[in-house]
Amino acid sequence: MGVGIEVTNLNAWYGTNHTLQDINLNIPANHATALIGPSGCGKSTFVRCLNRMHETNPIARVTGSVRIGDLDIYQDAKPVEIRRRVGMVFQRPNPFPTMSIYDNVAAGLKLNGFSNRRELDEIVEKSLKNSALWDEVKDDLRKKSGASLSGGQQQRLCIARALAVDPEVLLMDEPASALDPVSTSKIEDLIFQLKSQYTIVIVTHNMQQAARVAEKTGFFLNGRMVEFDSTHKIFTNPSDKRTEDYITGRFG
Amino acid sequence: MRTEYKLRSRFRAFTDHAATAIAVLSTIVVVTPLIAIFIYLLIRGFGSLNVAFFTKVPAPVGEIGGGMANAIVGSAVLLGLASLIGVPIGIGAGIYLAEFGRGTRMAYAIRFTADVLNGVPSIVMGLAAFSLVVIPQKHFSAFAGGVALGIMMIPTICRSSEEMLLMVPHAVREAALGLGVPNWRAVLSITVKTASPGIITGCMLAFARVAGETAPLLFTALGNQFWSTSLNEPIAALPLQIYVYALSPYDDWHRLAWAGALVLIVLIVLAVSLVRYVTSRGVLKGTS
Repeated sequence: MGVGIEVTNLNAWYGTNHTLQDINLNIPANHATALIGPSGCGKSTFVRCLNRMHETNPIARVTGSVRIGDLDIYQDAKPVEIRRRVGMVFQRPNPFPTMSIYDNVAAGLKLNGFSNRRELDEIVEKSLKNSALWDEVKDDLRKKSGASLSGGQQQRLCIARALAVDPEVLLMDEPASALDPVSTSKIEDLIFQLKSQYTIVIVTHNMQQAARVAEKTGFFLNGRMVEFDSTHKIFTNPSDKRTEDYITGRFG
Repeated sequence: MRTEYKLRSRFRAFTDHAATAIAVLSTIVVVTPLIAIFIYLLIRGFGSLNVAFFTKVPAPVGEIGGGMANAIVGSAVLLGLASLIGVPIGIGAGIYLAEFGRGTRMAYAIRFTADVLNGVPSIVMGLAAFSLVVIPQKHFSAFAGGVALGIMMIPTICRSSEEMLLMVPHAVREAALGLGVPNWRAVLSITVKTASPGIITGCMLAFARVAGETAPLLFTALGNQFWSTSLNEPIAALPLQIYVYALSPYDDWHRLAWAGALVLIVLIVLAVSLVRYVTSRGVLKGTS
């Protein structure tokens, strides 16, 4: 089951560049939350702070607190433990190119020392079914490389790979921006199904996409969060002038 | 306007053909010497190949016949030992440079040293192994020869492994870290595995290069007219045997030297092909 996320006074830097400034935000459990905003506004940096991927860059720095469920991720745990509880799907599909479809899905477990074959088989099947890819690949699980799939299939493979570790939160950083419309709608359907079991945070450039999949939407601008509210309110009656300018297409 | 367009398109077609022709010509220039050498070796050496060549040790001076069985086995022993030393150290250093030491002074120093080492003449490598191994042991040995060749393999493998690892897309590393895989595990199981075809190519290049080396063996492995596989004694090697026979005044030895050169090249090609075959068996459909 998903858990809520409580962000308090989060600041992030790349070198001397202050990319996130004083973010405060409560993300509800078992819902999809969309983050919108123009390029370079900090929304990607923000989700990377939620699984401590931000700090894998040697010049990056973070202050503030992020609570996921009852865990303060910057105080109580190591990054590798956080990342098993908070899965991530990236903008470009990034399957492991030398691994089979099966091994791609099993990678997170296998590389962390899990080796029960029967259970692995079950988890792989379940994860691929959850990501709506099972029927398309079930005959080639061990024969084909993850890189041999189409772009949209690769992205669903990456979602299956993230789900196999059994996370509570799923971060998606523009998961459909490199895909065609048909693949995009499959990913969106998937987000719709998955949010009953996981807390989903999705970064998107596509405002219609935010409106379609998310209950809550946050608008980021220049490293600050301008407005966070129900998606319906953000798109029909935003409280902030800047939000209104952005969603009506006056800039960005 | 229209004629100008026609002219321009004709010019483009011409440059296109010219560029293709130059590329094809360059390829031919590169491949010709290789094929020429191989054909020449076949002509000069093939006639002297017989069962005795592969089963007998060299005949005493003045007698006709004999073979290079001890040199073939000796080369295999030396190259095996050299690979045991050169491959793990080379790949290990390459992984350090690409994954852990990026941007550090240490990495800079190692990279610089490797590049210098790559340019050191092979006879100097032999001298180094002579003073490091032969002098303390007070005798020539296969071990000393293997050390000399192994050290020669390190810089090539190290630098090519580094380059190959740096070519692995950042997204693949991020995917592994994003799954909660510890960094060292992600490096070994994902990055190195993804780069492994290129790393293996680098190892094969280094292997093929030292397989034909004579100079570093002159005062390390020394050569041996008799049968020996002991690491502690001087050992025969194909390049050494070819060198000695080619410089001799006897026609029979000259013929054996040609045959030896042919066998050396064929064995290198076979070894490289075998490794390629073995390492490509597990590769899946559609792997990019």
